Amino acid sequence: MNPNHDPTLVIEKVRKKFGRVPAVDELSLEVGDGEVLALVGPSGCGKSTLLRLVAGLEQPDGGAIHLAGERIAGDGVWCPPERRNVGMVFQDHALFPHLTVAGNIAFGLNGWSGKRRRDRVDAGLEMIAMQGMGERYPHELSGGEQQRVALARALASEPDLVLLDEPFSNLDRHLRAQVRADTVAILRKTGTTAVFVTHDQTEALAIGDRVAVMRAGCVEQLGDPASVFHAPANRFVATFMGEADFLPAELVSGGLVTELGPVSAPAGLDATGELEVMVRPHEVTLTPSDDGTARVVDTEFQGGFVLHTVTLASGRRLRSLQPHTACYPIGTRLRAVLAHGHAPAVLNGDEAGTSATGQQA
Amino acid sequence: MSVRAPAIAPVRLRRGSRHGWFVAVVSVAVLAIIPVALVAVSALTPTLEVWAQLWAGPLPGMLGSTLALMVAVAAGTLVLGAGLAWLVSVYRFPGSAAFGWLLVLPLAMPAYVLGFVFLALLDAPGPVQSGLRALMGPEVWFPDVRSIPGAAVVLSLSLYPYVYLLGRSAIREQAPATFEAARTLGAGRVRAGVRVALPLARPSLAAGLALVLMETLTDFATVSYFNVQTVSVGIYQVWKGQFDREAATELASLVLVFALLVIAGERMLRGRARYHQKGGTGHGLRPVPLSGVRAAAATGTCAAVLAAAFGLPVAQLLWWFGADVLSGAAGLLDPRYAGYLLNSITVAAVVAVSCVAIALVVTHGTRTAGGRLTAAAAQLTTVGYAIPGVVVAIGVLLTFAYLDTGLEALGVPGGTGLLATGSVVGIIYAYIVRFLALGYHTVDASFAKVNPAMTASALCLGAAPMRVMRRVHLPLVRTGMATAMVLVAIDALKELPIVLLLRPFGFDTLSVWTYELASESRWESAALPALTIVAVAVIPVLLLVGRRPQSLEGAR
Repeated sequence: MNPNHDPTLVIEKVRKKFGRVPAVDELSLEVGDGEVLALVGPSGCGKSTLLRLVAGLEQPDGGAIHLAGERIAGDGVWCPPERRNVGMVFQDHALFPHLTVAGNIAFGLNGWSGKRRRDRVDAGLEMIAMQGMGERYPHELSGGEQQRVALARALASEPDLVLLDEPFSNLDRHLRAQVRADTVAILRKTGTTAVFVTHDQTEALAIGDRVAVMRAGCVEQLGDPASVFHAPANRFVATFMGEADFLPAELVSGGLVTELGPVSAPAGLDATGELEVMVRPHEVTLTPSDDGTARVVDTEFQGGFVLHTVTLASGRRLRSLQPHTACYPIGTRLRAVLAHGHAPAVLNGDEAGTSATGQQA
Repeated sequence: MSVRAPAIAPVRLRRGSRHGWFVAVVSVAVLAIIPVALVAVSALTPTLEVWAQLWAGPLPGMLGSTLALMVAVAAGTLVLGAGLAWLVSVYRFPGSAAFGWLLVLPLAMPAYVLGFVFLALLDAPGPVQSGLRALMGPEVWFPDVRSIPGAAVVLSLSLYPYVYLLGRSAIREQAPATFEAARTLGAGRVRAGVRVALPLARPSLAAGLALVLMETLTDFATVSYFNVQTVSVGIYQVWKGQFDREAATELASLVLVFALLVIAGERMLRGRARYHQKGGTGHGLRPVPLSGVRAAAATGTCAAVLAAAFGLPVAQLLWWFGADVLSGAAGLLDPRYAGYLLNSITVAAVVAVSCVAIALVVTHGTRTAGGRLTAAAAQLTTVGYAIPGVVVAIGVLLTFAYLDTGLEALGVPGGTGLLATGSVVGIIYAYIVRFLALGYHTVDASFAKVNPAMTASALCLGAAPMRVMRRVHLPLVRTGMATAMVLVAIDALKELPIVLLLRPFGFDTLSVWTYELASESRWESAALPALTIVAVAVIPVLLLVGRRPQSLEGAR
C-alpha cells in the first residue's frame, strides 16, 4: 500500500541501544495518512522501544524520525514528547487516578477555552459511548471502560498520530475482541493514523492495514495481512504468524512435487537450493483410508476444531485442522492431501524462495 | 538478541533536553555535599601544629573516652536490643504483643532528656542515694554516676530501639523458613536460634548498631552531663569556648574518620553474603508460650526496661512539672517558654518545608531528566544522613568561612558576618543537609508508587515537565509529602548538637533550653520543655508502629 500523499510518519535508519544490546537496529518504516499499522513480534524484539522512540520517551542513538513533514528527532533535532502532538495509549491505560473521566480526557486540552474544551470532552465521551460517566473516577470503571477512556484521552487533541502499546493485553479474553473491534471502529471513523504494538499475531492480522513483523530490532517483513500470512519472507515470519509445517519439495517441469503430491509453483521461484513448501494446518485435508500412508499420532480438542498430528510415510509430522465433526482416533490410517487453494509459500533455506513476496525491509 | 524497554523503566531522557532539571538536581547535590567535603578535605590535609597541640593536651583522653563509650554503648544496645527482639518474637508471655511495640517508645526520649532525669535521681544529692544514706549510714558505697558507665547506660537505654527494631524485623521476616528447616534437621530451638536465626539477623543488627554509634558519636550534651570528655565534647569546647576553628575542624575530621570506620565495620559485618530471603514471611515464627516463673521473668524484664527508659522518666518529668506549676514559680507562665517554642517551631517548619520541596525537585527531576548522572546526583543529596551532626555543623561553619573570605576578596567588608556570631541560616542549612535524606526517601517512596506510564502519558498529552509536576506528580505524592514534613519537623525540633554549635547568641530553642536548665541542675524548670519534646517525638513512633518495622528513619 503506497499512499498518494506524503506519509504521516517516516522513520529513517533509527538505532537505539540499551547498554550494548541494540533494541532497534537501523530500522526504517513509513506510515501513511489514516493508516493503521500493526507492529508485531516476540517480546524483546524492540517493538515497544520503537513506539517510545516515536513518542519521544526515548532518544534515538542515530537515524531520524519525521512526523507530518517535520523532523522530530535526529541530526541534532530533538523534540520533547510534550511538543510532538502524538497520542499514546498504554498497556495499563495509565489514567490519572486523581482526575475524573472528564478531567482525564481534558488533560491534553490545556489552553483551550472553557466552552470548546467542554464540547470536546462531551464529543470524546460520546465517541466511546460513555455519555454521562464523565464525573466518575478511574477506579470506578471496568477494564474495558478504562481502555476506552485512555483512547478518548489520547484522541481528544486530534494528534497527528496515535500509538497503542499492547492496549488490550490487560483485558479479559472475552472482553478483548469487543474492545478491539470498538477501538478499530473509532480509529477508522476518525481517520486517525495509528501504530499499534502487539505480540499476538491474530490481533495484528485482524487490525492492521499493514503488518510489520519485527525481530531483534529489525523489521523482517512489512506487508498487508494476507501477504504476511500466506507469503512470509522467511521461516521466522512463517512460524511466528501462524502454525506452519514444512514439506521438502522438488521442482519438476515447472511444478512442485512433494511427498503428498504436486502443488503449483509460485511465480518467480528460484529453483536452486533446498526447497520447502509451507503448510498451515487448515491447508491439509484428511480422508480415512485403509491404504493411506498417513497415521494419526495425536489429537488436540480446540472446541470448534480438532488439531490432528499425523506422521507421513517418510516419518515426517504434519498438523491438520479438522472441524469437530471429523475427529479421528489415534492410530487411524488416512490419506493426507494439500489443499492450499493458491500457490503455496516456498522456502529456500530459511528465506523465501521467491523474489516477489511482499516488501522486505 | 534485543531487549525490550522494560515497562517499569522510568521515563529516560538524556541530558540536554531536560537541562534545567538536571542542573537543579546536581546543584542540590553540590550544596548537600560541600560541608561534608570541606571536613573531609581537612582530614586529608591535617595541620600538624594544631595536632601537636591537641595531642599534648586533651586529645589522648578524648580518644580513650570516645572508644570506651562506643564499645560500652554498642554492647549495651546489642544486649538490650537483640535480647528483647528475640524475647518478644520467639516467646509468648503476658503482655508480649503489647511490649512488641511499646519497647519502641524510648526512641521518643532523647538521650539528653533521659540523661538529666537519671542524674537527678541517682546522683549523690538525688533521692536514691539520700535514701540509702538514711538507711545505711553516710559511708554507704554507690558507684560514681557521672562516669563513662553512667553515660553508657543512659545512651544504651535511649538508643537500643534501633537495634531492637531492625533485629525484630530480621527475626520475624527473614528467619522463619530457615529456622523451621533447621528444626526439621534436628536442631533444637536454642541451637537453631544461635546457628541460623542469629547469623541471619547479623546484617540487620549491624545496621542498627551503626545508627546507634553515629548517634553516640554526635552526642555531646548527654555525655557532658556525665563529665565524659569525648571528641565531640572537645569540638564544642574548642569552638564555643575558644572560637578555635582550626582545632574544631581537625577534631571534626576525627569524628568523620570514626563515622567512616563505623560504616566500614557495618559493611564488613554484613559480609559478602546476601541475606535476603523469599517466602520467609508465610508462616512466621510460631511463638512458644512461657508459663510460671519464666513468663513472669520475661514480662518483668520487658517492663523493667520500658520503665527505666521511658515510663519512670516521663513520670518524673510530670511530677516535676506538676510541682513547678503548683509552686507557682514559673512553668507554663514562663514567658520564655512561648518564645523558645516559637523558635523551635519556626526552625522546624522552615526546615521541613525546604527539605520536602527540595526532595520533590530531586525526585521529579530524576524522573524527568533521567540518566545515570542524575540518579547518582540524587543519591549524593542524602549523604548528610550518614554523617554525625557535629561534622555537618563544623562543615557548615567552614562553608561560611570560605564564603566570607570570598566575599571579602570581592570587596565586601566582613563578608556575610555570619561566621563569628553563628546564625539561624547556618542552623537551617545544616539541618537541611542532615535531614534531606529523610525527606527524600519518604517522598521517593511515594513516587515509586506512581506508574512511569502515568508520567509518560502526561508528557504525550502535551504537558511540560513543570505541569506534569503540578497536575500529576504533586497530587499523587501529597500524602507522602505530608508524612515527610512531619518526620523532618520533629527531628529538627528535638535535635540538639547542631543547634548548640551553630546558634547565634541569645537564640534558644526548646532543646537548647532543656539542655541549659539541666546543665544547671534546674530539673523542675527543665521538665516542661523536655515533656514538650517527648510528646512531639512520640508522634513518629506511633506512625512507625502502624508501618513496617524496618522503616527506621521515621523515628529519627
